[in-house]
Amino acid sequence: MSQKLLEVDGLTTGFRTRAGQFVQVVRNVSLSMGRGETLGLVGESGCGKTTFGMTLLGHLRPGGQVLAGSVRFEGVDVFDLPPDELASIRGQRVAVIPQSASSALTPTMRVGEQIAEVLTLHLGLAGAELEERVLELLAQVHLPQVDELVRRFPHELSGGQLQRVAIAMGLAGRPELLVLDEPTTGLDVTTQAHILDLLREIQESTGTAMLYISHDMGAIARVCDRLAVMYAGEIVEDGAIDDVFADPVHPYTRGLLGSVPRLSYAGLPQAMAGRPPAPGEDAVGCAFVPRCAFADETCRTIDPALEPTDRKGKIRHLVQCHHWQRVVASGPSGQMRDLKAGLDQDAEAEPLLELTEVDITYAKRGLAALVARWRGEPEPPTTVSGFTITIHRGETLALVGESGSGKSTIARTIAGLLPPRAGRIDFGGQDLASTVESRPAEMHHRIQIIFQNPDASLNPRHTVKQILDAPLRLYFEMDGKGRLDRSGALLEEVRLTPRYLERHPGQMSGGEKQRVAVARAFAAEPDLVLCDEVTSALDVSVQAAVLELLAGLQADRGAAYLFISHDLAVVRAIADRVAVLYQGRICEVGPVADIYAPPYHPYTETLLAAVPEPVPGARAQLLAKDVQEAEPPARGCCFQRRCPRRIGSICDDETPPSQLAAEGHVIRCHIPLEELRESQVDLISLSSVATH
Amino acid sequence: MVKLIVQRLIFSVITLTIVAIVVFAMTDLLPGDWATAYFGRWATEAGLAAMREEYGLNRPATERFAEWLSNALQGDFGASLSRNEPVVELISFRLRNSLLLGGLAALFTIPLATLLGIIAGLRRDRTPDVIISTGSIVGMSTPEFVIGTLLIWILSVGLGLFPSITLLNPDAPIADLLPNVVMPTVTLTIASSAYLLRMVRTITINVLTSDYVEMATLKGLPRARVVFRHALPNILLPTINIMALMLSGLLGGTFVVEVVFNYPGLGRALVDAVSFRDVPMIQAIALLWAVMYVFFNLGADLVTTFLDPRLRSLRG
Amino acid sequence: MRSLSAVPKRLAQSLGWIAQVWRSLRRSRQGTIGLIIVIVHMFIAVASPYIVPYAHHDIDGKNRLAAPSAEHPFGTDSFGRDLFTRVLLGGRAAIGVALLAAAIAVLWGGLLGILLAFIGGRVDEVVMRFVDALLAIPGLLVVLLIVVALGTEFSVLILTLGYAYGVSTIRVARGAALGFVASDFITAARARGERKTNIVLRELIPNLLDVLLVEYVMRASWALTAISSLSYLGFGIAPPTPDWGRMVFENQVLLAVSPWGTLFPVIALASLIIGINLAGDALSKAIGLDRSQEAPT
Ligand SMILES: Nc1ncnc2c1ncn2[C@@H]1O[C@H](COP(=O)(O)OP(=O)(O)OP(=O)(O)O)[C@@H](O)[C@H]1O
Ligand code: SF4
Ligand code: SF4
Ligand SMILES: [Mg+2]
Repeated sequence: MSQKLLEVDGLTTGFRTRAGQFVQVVRNVSLSMGRGETLGLVGESGCGKTTFGMTLLGHLRPGGQVLAGSVRFEGVDVFDLPPDELASIRGQRVAVIPQSASSALTPTMRVGEQIAEVLTLHLGLAGAELEERVLELLAQVHLPQVDELVRRFPHELSGGQLQRVAIAMGLAGRPELLVLDEPTTGLDVTTQAHILDLLREIQESTGTAMLYISHDMGAIARVCDRLAVMYAGEIVEDGAIDDVFADPVHPYTRGLLGSVPRLSYAGLPQAMAGRPPAPGEDAVGCAFVPRCAFADETCRTIDPALEPTDRKGKIRHLVQCHHWQRVVASGPSGQMRDLKAGLDQDAEAEPLLELTEVDITYAKRGLAALVARWRGEPEPPTTVSGFTITIHRGETLALVGESGSGKSTIARTIAGLLPPRAGRIDFGGQDLASTVESRPAEMHHRIQIIFQNPDASLNPRHTVKQILDAPLRLYFEMDGKGRLDRSGALLEEVRLTPRYLERHPGQMSGGEKQRVAVARAFAAEPDLVLCDEVTSALDVSVQAAVLELLAGLQADRGAAYLFISHDLAVVRAIADRVAVLYQGRICEVGPVADIYAPPYHPYTETLLAAVPEPVPGARAQLLAKDVQEAEPPARGCCFQRRCPRRIGSICDDETPPSQLAAEGHVIRCHIPLEELRESQVDLISLSSVATH
Repeated sequence: MVKLIVQRLIFSVITLTIVAIVVFAMTDLLPGDWATAYFGRWATEAGLAAMREEYGLNRPATERFAEWLSNALQGDFGASLSRNEPVVELISFRLRNSLLLGGLAALFTIPLATLLGIIAGLRRDRTPDVIISTGSIVGMSTPEFVIGTLLIWILSVGLGLFPSITLLNPDAPIADLLPNVVMPTVTLTIASSAYLLRMVRTITINVLTSDYVEMATLKGLPRARVVFRHALPNILLPTINIMALMLSGLLGGTFVVEVVFNYPGLGRALVDAVSFRDVPMIQAIALLWAVMYVFFNLGADLVTTFLDPRLRSLRG
Repeated sequence: MRSLSAVPKRLAQSLGWIAQVWRSLRRSRQGTIGLIIVIVHMFIAVASPYIVPYAHHDIDGKNRLAAPSAEHPFGTDSFGRDLFTRVLLGGRAAIGVALLAAAIAVLWGGLLGILLAFIGGRVDEVVMRFVDALLAIPGLLVVLLIVVALGTEFSVLILTLGYAYGVSTIRVARGAALGFVASDFITAARARGERKTNIVLRELIPNLLDVLLVEYVMRASWALTAISSLSYLGFGIAPPTPDWGRMVFENQVLLAVSPWGTLFPVIALASLIIGINLAGDALSKAIGLDRSQEAPT
């Protein structure tokens, strides 16, 4: 191939801030792509991935400007094109598939029309031919009942379906290059696995080149042949995906890969120190200096350039580091640490919290229910039903399941924010009142919550000092001085300095904010901490640090955790026992080692199979059907509609029995344990080998 | 859909009932009853007693409210105290005149403000926007009587184009009214355009910076299609409710303008009624305005529900 | 006893917030212009009794309807009263009424709106239906009725306008508070077992101060329009107190003979309201931004 499909040369883009100076977001990026190539672009949030991806379509967000360099598509600089010629490239030669399809589709237009307009514009289709092609495209992305679906509006589709529509829209103009900006972020793991398979399939059948932007190494591993790593707006490493994964050269790549929790190891990876520079915090020399163990005077004064590593057997592996030889020589990176090592697991610990046959519903009551019925609002189904579980002192019970499975609902009920409709909750051997208000004051400090998003859970108008003051003032008789000292000590415990006391949440990074939220919970000296997706909003590079912090505090303080998460790798690292929840019903519960080995409940099995591990070429083996569940079925097994192992009408009609697979390990399924054992493979050991 | 309309109607009826109670209470229960209010300083015990007797003011308020409401529902608002004619007759022509004024003002305001708002949003922070936005702040800030007075000074005193004040009777033919309605209409258009315009501008900016407009651009669609097919419906939908508020303002908040130009509409009549403590007249006009307000909001809700696919399927 | 040493720090924090708002205001040209206009007006309102050349009721019988001159910089009205004096003094009453009325409106309307959002449920639904009904009656009509019944004393005007604008403030404050009531930091406070008053005072209200501030500025400008319109109609600030609105009414019929008596009060009134709106607009723009990006790290 003489001419590359895409050539980016020394591209620098920036924004003008309100203070008037330029802030560089993409910095001196050079990169090329051949026809049919699939290139993954990873990096932490805010490093400029989206900004870069959009420049391939000649697009800059408001205020943006190209400061240097060029983006050439088949030799033509897209930023030199007059608007009408640029428009003819967009959608037809280069198409974009957006991150959040639900906000990227126009709410007032039917999805069919939004696809059709691309076909009309770029391919000149009309009439019956046009209609036929729209249906074809929708079928190509495996959407059901396409005849009816074309006439729907975006809000009438599920997240996964919307993402498929967006993909169909991107494919409509038969582009040579697709820019995919986090196309699966925010989707459930099963849906994500389906979409990733679809993308691979499209790539194979159409030969379209793809730039796949993501922060998720696992997703990229499933789709891409080549990987570029972005840090602070620069490409720091670029090579074949097998090479980069097997043998990362740049310290940042090594840190990033090393911080991804893996299904195949029971431990937690090493977190990276520090945080990326904010745009505009440009210093001379290498941007990675503050976080780099190999940094020296050269790094501080001279900008490294992206250069080939020229190692034998490797095709074009580029790195931007002065000392990559030294880095490589330092041996393999990424130590996994077992958080549980050294802790003696006391299996006989006494029960702390016991939930018995708890039902929770968001249905209205009394007059409001009557009004709702009269208005014709459908009666909401019981969100959580027959929920029975015990959390022992000092243990971590993980609650896993897809979004909407009722995980947070259970946490809210335990916290006393949402009274259950039926069932019983005991805490420390005593009946626990159903609302916070009705619980005795000395009870309050014993149960604490940490939320998913620290931006929302910390009051933006309070300083860290005020935030930590609240539980201290409420629960303990302390004077101002005592509280101040205690706050300082708490910050030390979460590895922050007392300097943070005067800061507002807006002045801290995501990881720092989450540490403050952890400190606030532990200020209360709780017996039980409800951790609701506490690391989901964080970059992987800081996630490990927060998890390690939680594990350490538990060892010191002996608090029990209800650890809610959708991430099975994280759960494996931190949990003692796991409960798998589907539609508010427990499918499987047991010690962590038993959950991650056969026999699995069919739902657990599909979840594990769907997790994208950062292993190039890996593919999901067995997946649950990608259908949207509006509400749980009235009878039978809750998983019946999506179960790939469904055995017949018994699943629809009869509640599955609780089968005891090992001590404390219960699987609720009609398939006998023996049969499950025989038909299932060990997904964990499987996921660590590539299956090309 | 039918259910929704019925539900909205019921809510409107509830609102109107509360309005009726409040209007009645405010005119009736404030210190001093009609009679003292009517006679003012010249009240004599005998006169008061006679009047109370005549209008049944000695009966309990609830009883009088029930009677007033049931009469009002049948279109009978009693007799004006100052004119001794049925309120309905006094009102009907003035209502026509006010509708003429408000309707004309709306006719200019809605397209003008929407257009300018969208232009300002499209050309955000550029010259057209700066001019339109600053102009709208000036228009919005200047009290109606100031705009009116300035118009009189320039257009009728200076240029002699229009009569400065109306000297016609309320039942004058529309053709005769037309020259007189020009300046009040211009005043109202200037004052009310500013609000609508600013709202439309904000909505336009939000829609234009939305992901779906960016996506439509990245599909390579021509700018015109992006603006008219993708953005415009989403700009206009939320505008409908604001237009309803503005309409009810134009039909019910015009007394200052009507007084400035001595225009024979409801507002002018209301101010007179207030001066004369003409309670039946006040009650009738206040209720009429509230009905219009509720009616326009109801209309806007129904129109939006009908047009917006999200609301349509949400509310079945 | 809560430690007193916390007080200066609190004060410094809130001053810091004001300083930040001030800085962002100054950054916009419109905001700066508006602010200057408002400051000039406020100065005149406070200082005018000491700087006016005549008393507002002094009559210069020889000079009626005079054009501006050295003796009477703005001319005189039909009685021969000095217009410069009357224009400088003519804003005091209206401004005072408007500022106080807006404060009352934002105080009770804002508080009630926030409480409704926090309480939610049926109480909220019922009260809001009532508020909706009140909003269906034009505000100025309500004010007219009350003023006619109770008289035009300042206290009546202030309370009545404060009531009328409070009703519409309920909506705004409730809408803004609703955005926070469901947020996690409020949930966290509830789960912690905080008392409800503490949640409202410590967690909720600090986040709504800026909305209420903008609301106050806007309401003050509307109240000024309303009180001037009332005076124009003859139901507001009563003679002999000089007032811009009333002056426009008195001199309007003489526009053809001598426009000065109309023109100067019009300029004074319009410039003040425009100034307030320019400043308020810049203020809300400044606050609408993501202020976390503005904070020094
Ligand atoms: N219009 C804009 N004006 C000013 N700064 C902007 C603008 N758009 C983006 N930025 C800044 O540029 C940086 C890079 O943004 P970008 O969206 O490209 O990052 P990203 O790598 O895609 O992040 P994420 O993983 O969170 O999507 C961020 O710090 C962002 O705040
Ligand atoms: S150039 Fe220096 S600081 Fe930068 S990554 Fe290499 S070793 Fe680290
Ligand atoms: S009971 Fe049936 S449907 Fe449910 S998990 Fe088992 S096989 Fe699947
Ligand atoms: Mg992005």
